[in-house]
Amino acid sequence: MAVKVSLKVNGKSVSVEVEERTLLVTVIRENLRLTGTHVGCDTAQCGACTVSMNGKAVKSCSILAMQAEGADVMTIEGVAKADGTLHAMQAAFKEHHGLQCGFCTPGMVMNAIDFAKSHPNPSEQEIREALEGNLCRCTGYHNIVKAIGAGAKAMAAGK
Amino acid sequence: MGAPLIGARVERKEDYRFLTGAGQYTDDVDLPRQAYAVFVRSPHAHAVIKKINSAKAKKSPGFVAIYTGEDFAAAKLGGLPCGWLITDVNGQPMKEPPHPCLAQGKVRYVGDQVAIVVAETSEQARDAAGLVEVDYEVLPAVVDGSRARAKGAPQLHEIAPDNTCYVWAIGDKAVTDAAFAKAAHVTKLEFINNRLVPNAMEPRVAIGSYSRSDDNYTLYVASQNPHVERLLMTAFVMGLPEHKVRVVAGDVGGGFGSKIYLYAEDVAVTWTSKQINRPVKWTSDRSEAFLTDAHGRDHHTVAEMAMDKDGKFLGMRVKTTANLGAYLSTFASCVPTILYATLLAGQYKTPVIHCEVTAVFTNTTPVDAYRGAGRPEATYVVERLVETAAREMKIDPAEIRRRNFITEFPYQTPVALQYDIGNYNATMDAVQKLADVSGYASRKKASEAKGRLRGLGYAAYIEACGIAPSAVAGALGARAGLFEAGEVRVHPTGSVTVFTGSHSHGQGHETTFAQVVADRLGMPIENVDIVHGDTSKILFGMGTYGSRSIAVGGTAIVKALDKVIAKGRKIAAHLMEAAESDVEYDRGVYTVKGTDKKKMFGEVAFAAYVPHNYPHDKLEPGLNENAFYDPANFTFPAGSYVCEVEVDPETGVVKVEKFSAVDDFGNIINPMIVEGQVHGGLTQGIGQALTEGARYDATGQLTTGSFMDYCIPRATDVPFYQVDTRVTACTHNPLGVKGCGEAGAIGAPAALMNAITDALGVKDMPMPASPQAVWTALKNKK
Amino acid sequence: MHAFKYHRPASVNDAAALAKGEAKLLAGGQTLVQTMKLRLASPSDIIDLGTIKDLAGIKSDGKSVTVGAMTRHAEVAHSADVKKAIPALAALAGMIGDRQVRAMGTCGGSIANNDPAADYPAAVLALNATITTNKGKYEADKFFKGMFTTALGAGEIITSVSFQVPKRAAYTKFKNPASRFAIVGVFVADFGGSVRVAVTGAGPAVFRQADMEKALGAKFAPESVANIKQKQDGLNSDMHASAEYRAHLVTVMARRAVEAALR
Ligand SMILES: Cc1cc2nc3c(=O)[nH]c(=O)nc-3n(C[C@H](O)[C@H](O)[C@H](O)COP(=O)(O)OP(=O)(O)OC[C@H]3O[C@@H](n4cnc5c(N)ncnc54)[C@H](O)[C@@H]3O)c2cc1C
Ligand code: FES
Ligand code: FES
Repeated sequence: MAVKVSLKVNGKSVSVEVEERTLLVTVIRENLRLTGTHVGCDTAQCGACTVSMNGKAVKSCSILAMQAEGADVMTIEGVAKADGTLHAMQAAFKEHHGLQCGFCTPGMVMNAIDFAKSHPNPSEQEIREALEGNLCRCTGYHNIVKAIGAGAKAMAAGK
Repeated sequence: MGAPLIGARVERKEDYRFLTGAGQYTDDVDLPRQAYAVFVRSPHAHAVIKKINSAKAKKSPGFVAIYTGEDFAAAKLGGLPCGWLITDVNGQPMKEPPHPCLAQGKVRYVGDQVAIVVAETSEQARDAAGLVEVDYEVLPAVVDGSRARAKGAPQLHEIAPDNTCYVWAIGDKAVTDAAFAKAAHVTKLEFINNRLVPNAMEPRVAIGSYSRSDDNYTLYVASQNPHVERLLMTAFVMGLPEHKVRVVAGDVGGGFGSKIYLYAEDVAVTWTSKQINRPVKWTSDRSEAFLTDAHGRDHHTVAEMAMDKDGKFLGMRVKTTANLGAYLSTFASCVPTILYATLLAGQYKTPVIHCEVTAVFTNTTPVDAYRGAGRPEATYVVERLVETAAREMKIDPAEIRRRNFITEFPYQTPVALQYDIGNYNATMDAVQKLADVSGYASRKKASEAKGRLRGLGYAAYIEACGIAPSAVAGALGARAGLFEAGEVRVHPTGSVTVFTGSHSHGQGHETTFAQVVADRLGMPIENVDIVHGDTSKILFGMGTYGSRSIAVGGTAIVKALDKVIAKGRKIAAHLMEAAESDVEYDRGVYTVKGTDKKKMFGEVAFAAYVPHNYPHDKLEPGLNENAFYDPANFTFPAGSYVCEVEVDPETGVVKVEKFSAVDDFGNIINPMIVEGQVHGGLTQGIGQALTEGARYDATGQLTTGSFMDYCIPRATDVPFYQVDTRVTACTHNPLGVKGCGEAGAIGAPAALMNAITDALGVKDMPMPASPQAVWTALKNKK
Repeated sequence: MHAFKYHRPASVNDAAALAKGEAKLLAGGQTLVQTMKLRLASPSDIIDLGTIKDLAGIKSDGKSVTVGAMTRHAEVAHSADVKKAIPALAALAGMIGDRQVRAMGTCGGSIANNDPAADYPAAVLALNATITTNKGKYEADKFFKGMFTTALGAGEIITSVSFQVPKRAAYTKFKNPASRFAIVGVFVADFGGSVRVAVTGAGPAVFRQADMEKALGAKFAPESVANIKQKQDGLNSDMHASAEYRAHLVTVMARRAVEAALR
């Protein structure tokens, strides 16, 4: 049966009619056509679907749309400034070559931004542990870890 | 004219869209009126289909259509072809059993397609597919390659007795045996090169769309080589003329080989879109990907190396059984032969080599090229043998390698290939410094003081890339050419669009190729865009795999650029009223020898499109050139790796403490991108050695069918890498490049297993060296 | 996912009234949504506990730490109260899955689910916790019944869990390389005189290691457990770890937990 879900996505209030069995990621990708959030697995392990919900990084493939009623959701499309300037974390990924095919990237960036909020100057080990829930098959993580370290510092410096 | 772009660490042009969620992967494409497909798949590894009852499915909400193997047979759709013919030891062609898109009467692995079900939404398609009742008569299965030819083993295909696709060999057996007879020492190993699941992070997607008005099809597909996909699908399966089919592979989220092949799902959605006159979309989920993306490796090998008393290699003997899975995937047949046995010389002067390969069918997912494809298996054989021989003969492992390195080029190996150039001592010297091998003894002591075991291992790999000289490949059985195409379209005001038959799915072609072009044309990189992945835009292409893009695809672009520059010279000569032979060109500037006359490339381009003052009697207007490039030889990237591990003997946990890699990829266009390729390759190689391995139970169920059980490396499993390069420029392409995409995955497993066996003090142990496996190896040693 | 009807009750009583037949309670969904997605579970109704007030939160009174059923793993991991009273519990919560999973997954969901490889059950058992439901209270020792089964009746709702504050404690986890759940996790809690040792991951459900408890009760030191062998009978065995390997890891992890507790 179709039901209504209302939430805020990237600062805009939206309402969609969906089947009750719909996942949050499906609303984001199919109803709102925000296709930067990806689906890379069906066991909640890859993190490609990571978005921010009420200020916390979560896996949108493992949340029912109904659970997000009233929530404030940010997807990768909402991260850069309105004029297109990259967020400090995005810029750090670019500078440090923290992405190759780009498929894991939105999830990586969403998780990294959330992580950096509480870790302004993270150690290599802290960064690696923070990536437990994000798989990348291309980069070997080397440059992602570097990018997150630099991005966190830049965020702390208010960039 | 700015600083040279070739060799610069240029940030990637494609990153902005990926970082902002603006990438357009195939699943991001939605077409009006699109319906969704789900495949009914076999839950059994081997069974006869007795009956398919779709009555309930047809009543399911949103149901649109169902087609089975019978429908496909009635429509005379062909089976999936294999692109490489191997001729066996008796001069007979390999056995090529039919590979139907939807099963015809029998299923041969878990995941084999039985029916395509289409509905209004993807969940409804799943609902309906779940209601299709298939009556199976389950047959016994064989999953282990080394048992496929055993007496009484279940038989997969009528036309392939003993489940044998071919028995193939290379090298002179008698001469090799004679070398072993003279040996002072023989080192022998028997091991399995574990089966891997590629797991590109983007699962496969295919959207077929038929247009009645134009009677043509468009297939949007996550593919590494859209033209090859089109060629195979039109010519071999659907019997369509190529101009009626467009294949679009937009942004692709990693491939590693798994997206080279023509898959049944691609054909099925394309064909079905015409039947229902609607676009049909199929998105694989990860569980399906585990079952149906072509797997990699899966060799069982017995290998021996013969040495004289000084550790000089006298000969090598290798016997391999390659498990091809249930059917021949697109390039399956050439992986354990042409891409494997021809690399067994490695970096060494081993004078004689004999290798026999038996390729078998089993009730498992088809196996094909996965990052490295044959070359990691070859490197593993050579480098495990060499390291073991060094230990047995008490020679330093670097030293035994140096005693045997090829030092004079070109070098003809005993296994068909001719290496054009290399400097193996240089990469070995560099990696020993980078890895601080001289400080190893004290690090080992420190580990021991903590109750840990420490080990160090080398691997000196070689690979044949830049695939491939078509005539050579053809003589070896390739059923296609392996050239590449490129087109350089100069616009009137001097900016450039380049069309390439290579495909980027992470490699960064939009940047590296643009660097090459912008550098040659002396323009900012922003003025060059690279287009790939659409058969309606690009003249032709063989795609990206085998680390061929820069060496073959890049060269095609350079050839087209040469033509553009040559035509520009004629135009410039006219504009400057000089003889063509007096006009010189350097990075965007035409000058007349001995004068201060000059014309910028942009002015020349403008003149070509606004030909008011133009040599119309000699030249056509416009500035647009294309080129096809067929390489003269393979390229031979090579390098030396050193891996250092620390093992917790109580738990068996292996920590990769240090990994140093020095590669020779020839000239380098963008070191940042090259380093990234090495990091990724190393991590996949570490994955093979430490964490990954597909496992089937005796009935043919894949027991590692999700990330819950199949472990691809996470960030905590790998260290920061130390990487560097040394350069010997490739001698036969104008950029002097060799390719870098697979190296890490080729060299890492041997280096890691050499380090682990060193730490444990055992001769050998199976991959992956999981904690349990390491703990068991230590226990068995006691 | 199969279709279901979704409910958003305002109170535990409303939720209990809805929790009938094939209905399922939904907490963080980190387990349930997965199983539904893979069509391994197909409840008729989903009762979302997420919007019920007062089910989440942490209270600490020096003797015990009470964690509301809907408290997310991340909240427990980062709670200053928990870190002060039972640092091992905060550490355990911080080892569950990954940070995105910890942002959603709940204490109540984890305990109700009783996955043989889950972490929380080890804390519940070792810290002699009391599980409070809408129907009553359970002692830890009587709560976990076997693989994925607990003492909870049909539709019964956990509201909070009270962990007793030990003198010292530690949890060590040997992770499954792929799933990152526990292959073996050992929680050691010293209550001054009595010691409780709970082992998760190794068997079909969390269990107490009596030999180790006795030895540690006599002397809380690593060497007390270093040579105590865990029996292999009845332990889990899979491709990642045989029963023999798990048994061995129980001893190693227990010794390391004692070392950590003494640090
Ligand atoms: C990638 C990943 C990694 C993970 N790793 C770990 C790990 O390392 N260690 C670990 O322990 N867990 C792990 N988990 C599981 C995670 O901790 C789950 O959050 C937890 O098991 C279930 O909690 P939940 O709140 O998500 O419950 P749900 O998934 O919502 O519910 C689980 C079950 O409990 C029932 N239930 C929920 N709340 C109540 C209640 N209050 N009263 C009665 N019944 C209730 C539900 O009906 C359902 O049957 C992992 C999960 C994922 C996705
Ligand atoms: S798609 Fe959500 S974790 Fe993989
Ligand atoms: S960049 Fe391709 S998966 Fe991470």
